[in-house]
Amino acid sequence: MDQFFNHLLEIPHARALGLTLVEYSDNRCLVKVPYAEHLVGDPDTGVIHGGVLTALLDNTCGMAVRTPGVPRSEVSMATLDLRIDYMGAAVPHQDILAEAICYKRTNNVAFVRASAFQTTADEPIATCVASFMFGTANEPREGDAGR
Amino acid sequence: MKLLSILRAEGRGQDMQAVVEQIPYARFLGISVDRKGNEITTIMPFTHDLVGNTTLPAIHGGAIGAFLEMTSVIQLLFDTACERLPKTIDVSIDYLRSGRPQTTYGRAIVTRHGRRVANVRSEIWQEERSKPIAVSHGHYLLTPY
Repeated sequence: MDQFFNHLLEIPHARALGLTLVEYSDNRCLVKVPYAEHLVGDPDTGVIHGGVLTALLDNTCGMAVRTPGVPRSEVSMATLDLRIDYMGAAVPHQDILAEAICYKRTNNVAFVRASAFQTTADEPIATCVASFMFGTANEPREGDAGR
Repeated sequence: MKLLSILRAEGRGQDMQAVVEQIPYARFLGISVDRKGNEITTIMPFTHDLVGNTTLPAIHGGAIGAFLEMTSVIQLLFDTACERLPKTIDVSIDYLRSGRPQTTYGRAIVTRHGRRVANVRSEIWQEERSKPIAVSHGHYLLTPY
């Protein structure tokens, strides 16, 4: 298992959500979020909150930009824009998967699309497009150090 | 949501703090609601679990998106006193500044409230209201699919 699979463990929020990298290839990532009680958005139905999908899709899109070996995969970056369409509620007690593809990268910006699904990719529960800015600041800020 | 009907029956239809306390994911993010008259502000204190970039450090873009969405839905419930949770149709997020390891605040405005769909704009900020770290606009379905 290579180092890229450990990447999510180093991101506290991804860890807290339980995100795991299932597989990847150049510019493409498949990430899973296991069903968990603390992610529920509607206590009556047990349906996962839409915000979890947002976090899953954002993280998966970001990783698709940084798959090992692709150009600029080491450059720091930040999400610029994220647009999500929700097609329906996730089925409770089932894992959710997200597949992201970085389909274009320029000197400054990477463009990514992704979809979240439970059974097959043909039946998305959410789709998204995102753009990421390369070369954003990645030094500890004055005043934030140690906090 | 059962709770919404109960609160409404008790005349507490606008007690959004009681609502977020019942949503496990809102509790996980540590979200609370402050009400002053007819205005509400959502609050998300910083915790290590929210971090997306440990070098800066900065709050995860997904946590920011989730907080914006929670802010939008809470405002909709507050304004409409509806008994079911609105369903998100789509949301578009602009990330303006990185989220620092500080408390984040949110406000939303329902720009249009139709019979079936509501349009909501949200913004979240940290130290200065005039410097939002992210804004969103989304469409919410008010009737069942």
